[in-house]
Amino acid sequence: MKKTDSNYSRRSFLKVSSLSGGGMMLGISWFASAKPLESLGELNIEPVWQEVTSFIKIASDNSIKIFSPNPEFGQNVMTSLPMLIAEELDVDWKQVEVEQGNYDPKAFPRQFTGGSQGIRMAWKQLRTVGSAARQMILTAASQAWNLPVTELTTANGMVTHAFSGKSETYGTFAAAAAKLPVPTDIVLKGNQSFRLIGTPQKNVVAPKIVQGKPLFGMDYREAGMLIAMTERPPAFGMRLKSFDATAAKKMPGIVDIFPIKVFNDDHKFAGFDTRSFNEVIAVVGKSTWDVMNARKKIKAVWEVAPERKEMGVNNRETTVPSGLESTTKHYAQMLEMSKKPGVIERKDGDPEKAFAEAKHVIERTYTAPFLAHNIMEPTNTFAHYVGDKVRFVAPIQIPDWIMPSIVARLGIPKENISIELVRMGGGFGRRAYGHYMIEAALISKQANAPVKLIYSREDDVSAGIYRPSYQLTYRAAFDENKKLIAFHAKGGGVPESPLHANRFPAGAIDNYLAESFVIPSNITIGAFRAPRSNFNAAAEQSFLDEISEYMGKDPIAFRLELLQRAKDNPVGKTNDYDASRYMGVLELVRDKSGWGKPENAGKKRGVSAYFCHNSYAAQVIDLQVKGDQVTVDQVTTALDCGVVVNPEGAKNMAEGAAIDGIGNALFGQLTLTDGRTDQRNFDTYRMIRHNEAPKKIDVHFVKNEIDPTGLGEPPFPPIFGAVANALYKATGKRFYQQPFQPQLKG
Amino acid sequence: MIKKYSVKINKKVHQVKADENMPLLWVLRDILEMEGTKYGCGVGSCGACTVHLNGQAVRSCQLPISALAGTEITTIEGLSAKGDHPVQKAWVDVDVAQCGYCQSGQIMSAAALLKTTPNPTEEDIENFMTGNICRCGTYTRIKKAIQLAALKS
Repeated sequence: MKKTDSNYSRRSFLKVSSLSGGGMMLGISWFASAKPLESLGELNIEPVWQEVTSFIKIASDNSIKIFSPNPEFGQNVMTSLPMLIAEELDVDWKQVEVEQGNYDPKAFPRQFTGGSQGIRMAWKQLRTVGSAARQMILTAASQAWNLPVTELTTANGMVTHAFSGKSETYGTFAAAAAKLPVPTDIVLKGNQSFRLIGTPQKNVVAPKIVQGKPLFGMDYREAGMLIAMTERPPAFGMRLKSFDATAAKKMPGIVDIFPIKVFNDDHKFAGFDTRSFNEVIAVVGKSTWDVMNARKKIKAVWEVAPERKEMGVNNRETTVPSGLESTTKHYAQMLEMSKKPGVIERKDGDPEKAFAEAKHVIERTYTAPFLAHNIMEPTNTFAHYVGDKVRFVAPIQIPDWIMPSIVARLGIPKENISIELVRMGGGFGRRAYGHYMIEAALISKQANAPVKLIYSREDDVSAGIYRPSYQLTYRAAFDENKKLIAFHAKGGGVPESPLHANRFPAGAIDNYLAESFVIPSNITIGAFRAPRSNFNAAAEQSFLDEISEYMGKDPIAFRLELLQRAKDNPVGKTNDYDASRYMGVLELVRDKSGWGKPENAGKKRGVSAYFCHNSYAAQVIDLQVKGDQVTVDQVTTALDCGVVVNPEGAKNMAEGAAIDGIGNALFGQLTLTDGRTDQRNFDTYRMIRHNEAPKKIDVHFVKNEIDPTGLGEPPFPPIFGAVANALYKATGKRFYQQPFQPQLKG
Repeated sequence: MIKKYSVKINKKVHQVKADENMPLLWVLRDILEMEGTKYGCGVGSCGACTVHLNGQAVRSCQLPISALAGTEITTIEGLSAKGDHPVQKAWVDVDVAQCGYCQSGQIMSAAALLKTTPNPTEEDIENFMTGNICRCGTYTRIKKAIQLAALKS
């Protein structure tokens, strides 16, 4: 056991306790006081649960219930976060039952799913929660037995006094422990003492998932609930002018049809309140089928919306242009911008001079379309607005970020808003934008009924908050010895630049220039699994591959050479990455894939490595191309995300990232013609399917003692580059435009 | 037109009043309150709503209630009594699911495959399962789970 950073714990306990309202609660921090459930009578064998803290309930039969605070969208935090608590609580994982915590900032200080932050941010916090509860149980045992706490030990949910041979369950002391103050002097285990962390554990929700239990927002129902859907403009850049719902209202099962305004005109945008259309027509009825049919009968008139200003919370004004935009025009605009000077984001040395004096320059431009999230469970939310209160059952990644907008739009205090968090059928960033909760609440208020708002797949695809369309132009300058002397990246997009100016290869090249540009647009964009990185990795890693070939260097050896330079003698002081860890994943993937080994000489393989969300990932892909068909034989992934809490879940996530990435690289595209998305559903939006998935995926983790960093996003971006590089080996053609697969035709 | 229908689902006969074109998917979810069968696309392109019709895997979003007379439907709720069908057990053993939303449909497709092809090759699995989309990317684990279920059943 080692004592760790108790200041951290004390501060966070105090901080949260001040939120909990003082009085009797003060000093018990974010944990509620003991609230033993009423016994339901002698014949009832239900255990009596003691709420030791808001995260932990222990029953008389020594069952342990742990609440998982973060919203779950498949990243398996419902297993890995409670593992952190159980480790320090010193209970047998088999005793533990996990429950999703509802939105409750007093009980759970951080309920956030995004940015690969879940484990990273919970690493100390949730272990502290477990350790504090364990100490409370020890204190209760010490008082009950009248023995010094220092003579007591815990293991598998038992307190033992070795000297006297006394041993009792946690359940015996839970009631007394629950009345104790939460200790502030927290001792956490050293990594070498872990018994649960680092062991593979299966998804605790799997038994329910395989039975199709109603775990998702889409599955929620209650008495009197109506179904709502919304009708919106057919194209970005349009708005509602007028509508006639006379015929639609006469359709069977229809209760009401009315327009709603998602935000007030003076709404101050905070960043995650993006919505595609502000005025939509709500159709409310008794069943989904009724509502779907009535929607078709609405006679709506849409018009081209004028340019408008949107005010941000910091009085930052954004101009949303007028017009019906098209992908072909976006690509032409980006190409035009790439030829003009951009905004300089970083400059090292004298890149202009180096390029002027270069013996050879390689310039390549990489382009990618918008991508739709395609969460398998379409967007939805249940809301019931009664009086001045609203109750949600919502699939939402970051409830804290939409709360201010809900408060502002509904004009009710946040105390009057409750959110039951449900499992999300995918998120990938899409459910970080909770405008649909406001829509559901407004519809419930107007319809005066509990309502479940559902997006059809077509709604979800065609009115999304997309991964932006991007472009990156790279230039590399070489001297007469083919030595790389300067590097230039110019990145832009619709409507944001993908550039991370301080990431590799910045820091590894003396003369370096990074520039950005943006093209304003009325297409709504947002976070999509590893924002910006998911494009940068594809472009940058393809370019490095191409220039390593020109230099006659092995692509892994060339990257390692650059990283060695960045490690030994970095250029500039603001490099975002740790060159050693970057090298570590490249070396691991090289060794595990048998890179350069004679037996692999005939394979069409590509390599790629990238850093994002505080973690490092490298991948080697082996594939074959026949006509326009790509067969992926194998993916080897190396990851450095620090300590791995649950290797089983982590591997699953990394495998999924590879498949998801290969799919998006080969097929993914959301294109527009006159503001209308060309893809509306899975018959036109090409997703990767079973027969296109890799035959084999190996995942290897760098073993170290670094506190966990991100995992959900980091293995996603590099695979795009690996695919492009392997396609080159297979076809002799370089691929600069995503998606790649359509270019294999003809 | 709203009519009365009698449908046999999971060996039980249900009487429902519904529009003749209402797909089985919405009959299950909105009328019979059986939410195990998921809505994914409504156009038969994703497989999330897969059920068995006389033992064969079909997309319930494409099956109007008026076409179900004399048929036997099995949904995920009827696949096994306690979630212990070999395919369900293999899914847990291999730790297939991420978000889990598509998995009802994947499991129903896999169970139908194993009924006709008890020892499928990798190619059999890939071809049969191609209609079931998973954005989380659990395909390789699904294949492993089907192979395990084949071995154990």
